[in-house]
Amino acid sequence: MNINFRNETFRDDYTFRNSPETIRRFPFPFHEDKYMYSVNMEPHVPAGPAGHAYNNPIDVDEHYVAEMRDRALVLKEDPLRYQALPHMMAAQWDTLELLMESQAAAYPEHFSLTKDGDRWHWVNRPLGIDQTFTFGDASTLPMEPLEFITRQAQGDFCIVDQRDGNLWMDAGMVTTQADWSLDFDVGMNFFEWHGPVPLAHEIGVFERALKFLLNLQQGKPVRRLNWTMTINPRLDTSPENYHKWGPDRATVTPENVGDKVHLRCELQSLWRLPRSNAILFVIRCYLIKMEELVTIPKWGRRFHRVLRDLPPELIDYKGLTRYRPATVEWLSKFDDGKPTTPGIYPD
Amino acid sequence: MTINTEMKVRVAKITPVADKVKRFRFERTDGQPMPVFSGGAHIIVSMRDGQVLRRNPYSLMSAPGDTSGYEISVLRVENSRGGSAFLHEKLKEGDTLVLSQPVNLFPFDHRGKKHIMMAGGIGITPFMAMMEQMELEGRAFELHYAVRTRSHGAYWKELQQRYGAHRIKIYCDAEKLFIPVDAILENQPLGTHLYVCGPAGMISGVLGKARTHGWPKENLHSEEFLAPPPGKAFQVKLARANRTIDVASHQSILEAVEAAGIDAPYLCRGGACGQCETAVVSCDGELEHNDHFLEPDEKASGKKIMICVSRIKGNAVTLDL
Repeated sequence: MNINFRNETFRDDYTFRNSPETIRRFPFPFHEDKYMYSVNMEPHVPAGPAGHAYNNPIDVDEHYVAEMRDRALVLKEDPLRYQALPHMMAAQWDTLELLMESQAAAYPEHFSLTKDGDRWHWVNRPLGIDQTFTFGDASTLPMEPLEFITRQAQGDFCIVDQRDGNLWMDAGMVTTQADWSLDFDVGMNFFEWHGPVPLAHEIGVFERALKFLLNLQQGKPVRRLNWTMTINPRLDTSPENYHKWGPDRATVTPENVGDKVHLRCELQSLWRLPRSNAILFVIRCYLIKMEELVTIPKWGRRFHRVLRDLPPELIDYKGLTRYRPATVEWLSKFDDGKPTTPGIYPD
Repeated sequence: MTINTEMKVRVAKITPVADKVKRFRFERTDGQPMPVFSGGAHIIVSMRDGQVLRRNPYSLMSAPGDTSGYEISVLRVENSRGGSAFLHEKLKEGDTLVLSQPVNLFPFDHRGKKHIMMAGGIGITPFMAMMEQMELEGRAFELHYAVRTRSHGAYWKELQQRYGAHRIKIYCDAEKLFIPVDAILENQPLGTHLYVCGPAGMISGVLGKARTHGWPKENLHSEEFLAPPPGKAFQVKLARANRTIDVASHQSILEAVEAAGIDAPYLCRGGACGQCETAVVSCDGELEHNDHFLEPDEKASGKKIMICVSRIKGNAVTLDL
């Protein structure tokens, strides 16, 4: 499949758009007309209609080149968006192997990987990278293996080490995050880094999720969808740069909802890594404008109902307070009250 | 929707290595590479023994990066429930078996500045793979290996040749040599981790001494696969499946459930991982908890049971299955 990579921006003039095909492949996060936290994990196996974001284990889409360019800009301003504690080197190689093999297998027109024992040859055509290196020898790459490969893969990447019956956030590349900071969370355990989440602790979501993840098996990755909303198609909504994007939330008017307000969906996949026994946590961010979302009638109806009936704690935690009323009002024009079909895919 | 990641393998080689110990090499029948694993990992071997399907966990001992095949070593136990007897006496080279993906409940701590391993008998096997990985990654380690007699001890000569006698220390019961646990534990640099694999008594003895010497429990690691202990037969009522099945005296609840054609989750089948935790609806009798997973208060509550190793003393138990 040949992808036409868009030339676009996620800052300043915000030229990001989804093509009609990319709208249809969007991983819409609501399987019913309401939303509450749950341990909503399912096997990360190919699924969905042809072309859907679920078709390949590591998804590459038309925003790839522009997203990688945006990541490079973030890292230039703030190198601490990439961090790896010293004991995570085996996990770094595990991740490099997984991402190179997955991208080369699914998109042979764009990526290729050839191996001669430990001597590997990686070609990334969209970004113009041609690298020969020795697997396991970090000195043969221009930077650490995790940084090298995650500058060439869409989504944020956290590697959590498993020990003492807990998971520890000990490495990552995080530049497209929904208001959390790797620099703040690095070295924390599962309960610590989820500390700020409301309601979920009380209903025991994290105990169950941790138990599930500690037994995550090799060869059986799982996925879940999470979501929030973002004003303007900005990938880097980090606490470090809050002053750049926080005020945008006060700029929403009834006239600009369709273009400015975005549903931000995270396709999270979790992988047991073979050499390190760590878990790779991929948090892939997808953005869609309200005016793009309502081109799928089912999604327009459903998102109106979800947003209208959202529990107050979640409105607050997700930072939707200021612009939710205007957005619900705008979406109501696309909700004729008809029933919706179950599941996340377009009709 | 589940993913079937089981691997069909051929027995490529069976090698006698010591008294009552045989090594088995497995290669995939589809020619695909085996998954790379981490030192300390085990697999579940599924064996079709006549009418009975046996599933037992065994530690992987081959090099973790070697994708051409997996190797395990198996001790023929005296009162075998069937698994080790089948592997030793019935299985032939060329036969096929099914393996699970590797699972690691005994990983080494990658932060460790130094790693001390203590093995008793067949407990050597996970350390074989761990040392391969540690050597490759340039980590400091030493192994203290207790064997009954030199002919009972598997692999000690090869290990000494490969890693040197300064790192591989052998202690032989028959020569009245025992691991000097106190001397080893009392003076180690900060950041040292200790790993023990062997008989239950050895594990609790060594870990107890380590705690006495002030070792933090985060630096202590052990693995012991429990075979499901036998007991009297009883009945299990499966509330969701609305069926009643019999558990024989040498069968675990999990095995009885599987024999009845019902799928139940499991990973280690040895009471360690927690995957088969099942809610107890009611119990006409007394729960016998044999696992290492549930906390004492959870065991006392009578609401949960690990069906891979635990059973009841009494007539019947109703489970949420």
